[in-house]
Amino acid sequence: MPEMIDQIFVLLKHWLMAYVPGTLQPIASAVLSVVPVLIAFPLLFAITTVLERKGLGRMQNRYGPNRVGPFGILQPMADGIKSLTKEDIIPRTADQAVHFLAPVMLVIASFLVYAVLPIGKNMVIANLNTGVLFFFAVGSMVELSVFMAGWSSRSKYSLLGAMRAIAQMISYEMPLVLASVVVIMAAGSLSTVTIVNMQASYTRIWPHWYVFTPWGLTGFVLFMIAATAESNRCPFDMPEGESEIIAGYYIEYSGFKFALFFLGEYLGMFATSAMAITLFLGGWAAPFSFLTWIPSYVWFFAKLLTIIMAFIWIRGTLPRLRMDQLMNFAWKFMLPLSLINIVGAGVWHFMPAGFARWLIVSLLVVVSCALLSRGLRRGKSFYVRTYRFAS
Amino acid sequence: MLGEGILKGLTETARNFLGSYVNKDRLTTVQFPEERLPQIEATRDFPFLVYDGSDWQAGLRCVSCQICEKECPPKCIYIEKSKDKKPDVTGKLQFYPTTFDIDISVCMSCQICVEVCPFDAIKMNVEFEMSSEDRFGGLLLRKEQLAKSNEYYNKIHPTEAAAVDAALAEERAKVEAKARQAAEAKAATPAPVAAPVAGETK
Repeated sequence: MPEMIDQIFVLLKHWLMAYVPGTLQPIASAVLSVVPVLIAFPLLFAITTVLERKGLGRMQNRYGPNRVGPFGILQPMADGIKSLTKEDIIPRTADQAVHFLAPVMLVIASFLVYAVLPIGKNMVIANLNTGVLFFFAVGSMVELSVFMAGWSSRSKYSLLGAMRAIAQMISYEMPLVLASVVVIMAAGSLSTVTIVNMQASYTRIWPHWYVFTPWGLTGFVLFMIAATAESNRCPFDMPEGESEIIAGYYIEYSGFKFALFFLGEYLGMFATSAMAITLFLGGWAAPFSFLTWIPSYVWFFAKLLTIIMAFIWIRGTLPRLRMDQLMNFAWKFMLPLSLINIVGAGVWHFMPAGFARWLIVSLLVVVSCALLSRGLRRGKSFYVRTYRFAS
Repeated sequence: MLGEGILKGLTETARNFLGSYVNKDRLTTVQFPEERLPQIEATRDFPFLVYDGSDWQAGLRCVSCQICEKECPPKCIYIEKSKDKKPDVTGKLQFYPTTFDIDISVCMSCQICVEVCPFDAIKMNVEFEMSSEDRFGGLLLRKEQLAKSNEYYNKIHPTEAAAVDAALAEERAKVEAKARQAAEAKAATPAPVAAPVAGETK
């Protein structure tokens, strides 16, 4: 019975496919796989926005939205209706076509990456044998749409925002990919489905998630930091920087296009979080062997919501970084550490299983982390700044 | 160690988050339309006209001297002076405003009109929920909307109004005393001439 509940969506699809004539089978199959994703994740976006606003409110000792519907849970509907009824302004000097295409492309790129994410057991739209590569390749289309938005608006603020966004996203793409390389090394495959299947076995009750190894934990932390930067979220939200460049690259967008940017950004965040789950947290696998009776998609979304909660928590805590701090962190800390982590994963692979490899790889990571963080601090002394020309 | 401050910050926000569900004192937000804070006494926003007695048309203190109109920095006051004179609350004949408009969409609540008024006729109100669907007419307050009784003034600004009332009473008493003195002096000195005058008035 648990098997059947676990596979209910797969079975449902097969049952529906039986009624489709042979020539239409490929299209029907694609539609039946894609449409649920197109519904589920925007719905998750709606839930996340209201949860985020309420959670942030509580962290700042206020209520958050509580007017629309019971406890304000209908707030996303109100927001959606509002953005639909708002005037859609395109600046007269803007590049009309590119200005229109930028948000569309962002949303398309954000949706495309869901093709390779296994949401549950046997629940993946396309089981590519280069799934991880596809994910990062399509994920970098986001950069392009961000720059399209910034360039086509013909506004200094949007161009500045786009420049910052591009600099930041390209810098953090590197540790993001390098952090996931360790998993590819361990799993020996680029297919997301294979990676999850490798993690979905248990020693007694404990799962074989990659996060429970020293290199996996380091990789996970690095991946999450890079993912925060990739999705332009606090504390790496400089491209938006309300207090400096107002809203960055989407300053000239209003109405539903603005909402599309928002949607694309959150979808990107969910996608990278889902990728982190797939790579390090065992995808849809249950955390303990005795909990496998709970359907796999429930586990996937539970993990996803946990990571989103962590994102919101981080956003409520940290102030925005400065551009040079951001760049220093990416190039002087994240990049070397992720490279060392790859060495660690190699050492782990070639050493015999046991306590020794735990100790050696952990030491390698911890010592290099400590040294690199010392390196980050070097040459930074606090002093009273004097202004030569002001006094 | 790298990340120590981040952990401290995370515990602080977690404390706030969980504490706000346990301890209601943390949530300082006042849910406005349902609950309100008591107004502080010095609250002020837009001017209104004070009248004495119960009839606003007869008791209006304003004598249409137009000082406030001239002093108003954004020029939001419009006054038309009457041609005739009417007795005010003390019985003295005075001019009165036939029109007295304040455009509160222009008014900047500076209180200069209140400070320059020699008759304590214009004071600051505390009413603030004045939104209107009519952008121009709805925000242009006429004489009848502006006129508020002295009791109302005493209610919204008790201390200030008491001081004004005392000052006014003192002034009126002074005027009366002066009049009485003048009358007495008149009655005392030219005694022989007074009799026919008195007779004349009968």
